[in-house]
Amino acid sequence: MVDFYGTQVDSRLMLGTAMYPSPAILADAFRRSGAGIATVSVRREAGGDRAGGAFWDLIADLGVKVLPNTAGCHSVREAVTTAQMARELFDTNWIKLEVIGHADTLQPDPFGLVEAAHTLAEDGFQVFPYCTEDLVLCDRLVQAGCKVLMPWGAPIGTGLGLNNLYGLRSLRAHFPDIPLVVDAGLGLPSQAAAAMEMGYDAVLLNTAVAKAGDPAAMAEGFARALEAGRLAYEADPMSPRDMAAPSTPVLGKAFLE
Amino acid sequence: MKITVNGTDTDVAANTLAQALHELGYGDQRVATAVNENFVPATARDAQELAEGDRLEIVTPRQGG
Repeated sequence: MVDFYGTQVDSRLMLGTAMYPSPAILADAFRRSGAGIATVSVRREAGGDRAGGAFWDLIADLGVKVLPNTAGCHSVREAVTTAQMARELFDTNWIKLEVIGHADTLQPDPFGLVEAAHTLAEDGFQVFPYCTEDLVLCDRLVQAGCKVLMPWGAPIGTGLGLNNLYGLRSLRAHFPDIPLVVDAGLGLPSQAAAAMEMGYDAVLLNTAVAKAGDPAAMAEGFARALEAGRLAYEADPMSPRDMAAPSTPVLGKAFLE
Repeated sequence: MKITVNGTDTDVAANTLAQALHELGYGDQRVATAVNENFVPATARDAQELAEGDRLEIVTPRQGG
């Protein structure tokens, strides 16, 4: 179980809801993976267009927790207003806070992120900040009221995996009691397993699943990898060493010269 | 009066946000609103007066990552 702001979630997988070939495949991906949290967004809609309502019905049927995002926001004001609209639409204080600082890498704007996190936390939001693995930034986010951190593994949608293992490990060591979620950049289940083996609490995926040839199978693959990686972490792995050490006993070997 | 609705210039007869949503066909749709980049909660739509040139944003739930 993972504790996000007092809510216990029994899956270590947060799954995005964008870019699936069809609503049925989206639902199948959730079912096969057992993902416990779905990320969603808010977007413009014309009067009489019922797309938002139909999407909401689909998500409600999944029976999972909903985590709205502020995707695409580049300023503090835009992110805060979007979060306020999302809170009303989805009836939750949870917000995945994105303040984008760079158009090519979709890298978080660390300065705007801290300011927005502070404003939203003061307003009663429970903020899940999409951040980098920078220790100082994460310290500031915690000081601003964040009780979850969501560092990227790699830029959104790249599938490059865990680009900075040292940074992610340092973050885990520095924040032993804060739920840490690798958000963005994962492409393969092995990368999710590696995050679990480092002691991360969960991962958030979208593109890796939605853009796979068989999204539901990939979602299940990630779920199994997360379980394997977490088991390994809890099993206290052996320490690596440089020199070989025989696993078969040397004592008692037949002398056959 | 001319206002901007989701980025498009629009003529409305409405004087309040609640009236504008009705006039624009949102009916009972699940929407959230902002006027001039400020969030306006559903409970404040009746009292939210509109003025010429106001920028209205109307959003609904959508797919996201």
